[in-house]
Amino acid sequence: MVLPEFSIALPEIFLAAAALFLLMFGVFKGKDATGPVSWLAVLSLIITAFLVVLGGSDTQLTFSDLYRTDAFGNFMKILALGASILAIIMSMDFNKREKMDRFEFPVLIVTASLGMMVMISANDLMSLYMGIELMSLSLYVTAAFRRDSVRSTEAGLKYFVLGALSSGMLLYGCSLIYGFTGSTNFDAIATVVAGEQGHISLGLLVGIVFLIAGLAFKVSAVPFHMWTPDVYEGVPTPVTAFFAAAPKIAGMALFMRTFLIPFGDAVGQWQQIIIFISIASMVLGAFAAINQKNIKRLMAYSSIGHIGYALVGLAAGTEEGVRGVLIYMSIYVVMNIGTFAIILSMRQKDGMVEDISELAGLGKTRPVMAFLLMIFMFSLAGVPPLAGFFGKFYVFVAAINSGLYALAVIGLLASVVGAFYYIRIIKIMYFDDEKEGFKPANRTMTWIMGGAGIFTALFFVYPAPLLSSAAAAAAVLFQ
Amino acid sequence: MLDWNILSFVTFLPLVGALLILLTGGKEEVAARNVRQVALWTTLITFAVSLLIWINFDTSEAGFQFVEKADWLGGGINYHMGIDGISMLFIILTTFLMPICILASWESIGTRVREYMIAFLIMETLMIGVFCALDMVLFYLFFEAGLIPMFLIIGIWGGGNRVYASFKFFLYTLVGSVLMLAAMITMYVIVGTTDIPTLMAYNFGVDLQFWLWLAFFASFAVKVPMWPVHTWLPDAHVQAPTAGSVILAGVLLKMGGYGFLRFSIPMFPDASQYFAPMVFGLSVVAIIYTSLVALVQKDMKKLIAYSSVAHMGFITIGIFTFTQQGLEGGILQMISHGIVSGALFLCVGVIYDRIHTREIARYGGLVHRMPRYAVIFMIFTMATVGLPGTSGFVGEFLILVGAYQVSTWTAFLATTGVILGAAYSLYLYRRVVFGELVKEDLKSIVDVNKREMAIFIPLIAVAMWIGIYPDPFLDVMHASVTNLMEQHQLALDATNSTLHATK
Repeated sequence: MVLPEFSIALPEIFLAAAALFLLMFGVFKGKDATGPVSWLAVLSLIITAFLVVLGGSDTQLTFSDLYRTDAFGNFMKILALGASILAIIMSMDFNKREKMDRFEFPVLIVTASLGMMVMISANDLMSLYMGIELMSLSLYVTAAFRRDSVRSTEAGLKYFVLGALSSGMLLYGCSLIYGFTGSTNFDAIATVVAGEQGHISLGLLVGIVFLIAGLAFKVSAVPFHMWTPDVYEGVPTPVTAFFAAAPKIAGMALFMRTFLIPFGDAVGQWQQIIIFISIASMVLGAFAAINQKNIKRLMAYSSIGHIGYALVGLAAGTEEGVRGVLIYMSIYVVMNIGTFAIILSMRQKDGMVEDISELAGLGKTRPVMAFLLMIFMFSLAGVPPLAGFFGKFYVFVAAINSGLYALAVIGLLASVVGAFYYIRIIKIMYFDDEKEGFKPANRTMTWIMGGAGIFTALFFVYPAPLLSSAAAAAAVLFQ
Repeated sequence: MLDWNILSFVTFLPLVGALLILLTGGKEEVAARNVRQVALWTTLITFAVSLLIWINFDTSEAGFQFVEKADWLGGGINYHMGIDGISMLFIILTTFLMPICILASWESIGTRVREYMIAFLIMETLMIGVFCALDMVLFYLFFEAGLIPMFLIIGIWGGGNRVYASFKFFLYTLVGSVLMLAAMITMYVIVGTTDIPTLMAYNFGVDLQFWLWLAFFASFAVKVPMWPVHTWLPDAHVQAPTAGSVILAGVLLKMGGYGFLRFSIPMFPDASQYFAPMVFGLSVVAIIYTSLVALVQKDMKKLIAYSSVAHMGFITIGIFTFTQQGLEGGILQMISHGIVSGALFLCVGVIYDRIHTREIARYGGLVHRMPRYAVIFMIFTMATVGLPGTSGFVGEFLILVGAYQVSTWTAFLATTGVILGAAYSLYLYRRVVFGELVKEDLKSIVDVNKREMAIFIPLIAVAMWIGIYPDPFLDVMHASVTNLMEQHQLALDATNSTLHATK
């Protein structure tokens, strides 16, 4: 018997071991475990990221071709791990203050990250499903983490029930695909699809549709977005910050890998569905956010809209499109983390607030915070020269290059509608009279929001590193 | 020629000033004083350096000068700067108006002075950048980014209805711009670069030109603004602080006209020719309709705002005549309008600072208390009417000469606008300056002070200079305008011959 090549999956193996160790450590340490466990979790995620980089960017397969590492995977893994690391760091202070600092929280984020890495590296419907479930189950628990809060538990339950449904659909899709192609392996499926020369059988098509439904749920694309606003609003804010970044990256990675490797030769079959999902997400995200009063709910609709823009790149179905998605997701994650660092600093003397109207007059009371939030809002709206513009630019270049003019124009017009609610926040901060204001942000938050702000504002000065690494990662999917 | 990157230097010098302002500290009042000084000196130095561009400008050269190029985004998108005879004067106009704007805000802006000056300096960088950029993405970056500071200037330091005005300004402009962005991306995908000189030389298919032209038109027509998408302008002008109005009327509107000259005409010659009658139609409507609307305005700023729409109508006519006189008249009229309408807004600002109302009916008989003011206001009223000897005359005359060669009716109808323009301008002047001094609070009003004189004297000098001896201004643009016309004609001939060949 030949053992599989374990070294290829070394980062994942390390992270799994680290998660178990952290759990044990927390249990045995007892009361004051949260702080050390959090920092150790951050440390192990950082080590994992290093291991990913050290593993090299060559395409390698292992575990009977269930598992694949390549430059694309590395790019997405680093992004997802970075988002997880920042999510843990941002949660620490909040959890302590809100008296929900239990050591399970960082451990759950570590296991969720492990799930994401498996998703990103999946080369088979089995490993795909395993990754998704590992991530989702960890997320369900973190959603209901504040167990004595009705809103949080309600959100967690809602997320779980709908998530289970979507997993079911995904699994059903996988079984149909297996039934009609005879394999669960991506490369084997790709061979079958290529053999059918663009006219894939109806059963396989239905399978693809179910697969899309399941994945669309994970990235909260319309029409599978219903859970997003409620869950974002209900769960504790650090969890929202986590939900809005890392799982989206993993979901988008899976979307791209699944649709460009196994079904890459059937672009014509799934492109229309992605175009529809993309348009619906952009439009709904833009219009539904207009009337929101809670900033977390607003960010939920904003994230739905942004997934729509990222999907524009996927809809193009080209290398350029994937590159656009990678650039878009990287920039989106940074803007989002910065915004949530500010939301997590919306603290008054009676505790945290989430109402947008509390931002009134922030330009006077907290000028730096207001200025950073303004940068993030203009960037999310896609106004140049901020980073968000370049994300949109590259996905739309890809869309137009594939002849999807209507998609591009609708997307651009939706971005104008979206701009309305983003600049409304700026209006509240700068044009309205001041209210109570916030307590000063703590130092870690200041660093995170400042760093994200500098990246967002000055991206245009030296964009080459991100652009070229995204291009290298995208090329892998089209070899 | 200068061998240092003078364009980048001039473009980003105001940003350095903005950073300096960030560093100024101290108590509120001391800080505000320092901030004003820094802003003023930054803009003055920028103006002085920008004059070097004019001095070293080679008027015999039709192509781009002072060219700078560096790698930026890759994939055919570069940092590419350069100017020709069309864009050069706009840079000078911008740097010339900025110190005036800072001086005009000296006393009227008392709150958040630091942020205000930073916004203005960033605005200056972006405006100069628009006129220097020789890459579409770079152009778009400067063009759109200008929305941010202007949005804040209107929204934070504006009048009572500022929120509505700032949102309208922002969203209106953005809608037009995203369509332009779609067109730019299409061109990028076809040609593989966003380099403007390359795109100018590229021949787009005639059908495609129509779509691209319309998309660019959506953006520039809003910016100019042309009827019927002009409605954001009166709101924005009325609510903006005085200096904001000056920048808006003086420079931002010119970006639309500049866009036509830089993109629409050289890149889509057939479409420009095809749509010229439509532009004439919209411009004539703008001239006559908005002049009539201006006649009945009760708010001074609104009246001047509508007059701006009418004047910009002349400019778009001039540009789309494709004649030497029309094009040069259009450019000169843009410079002239930038100075004259800016000065008129400043005139309104002077009395607004004293009485805090812009309602025309609240004034009257100012000549008795403010003789110097009456003279200044008179000069600019005459300039906006287009009295010979003022800058307004030269531009309008050239435009009408150009228009007459192309379409007699357009010239005729546009000329009625000159008469209407005289009507509303003089009517405004009579109601504000002449008549009996009856209002109680006007009886103690004081005449323009030294600072205000310092603002108006350069404006008067330039307005008269262009009016009496416009050659230095026209010389600069001759070569580039001639080149533009020749290229336009060549492109049209080429299309015609292929059409005949296929028949």
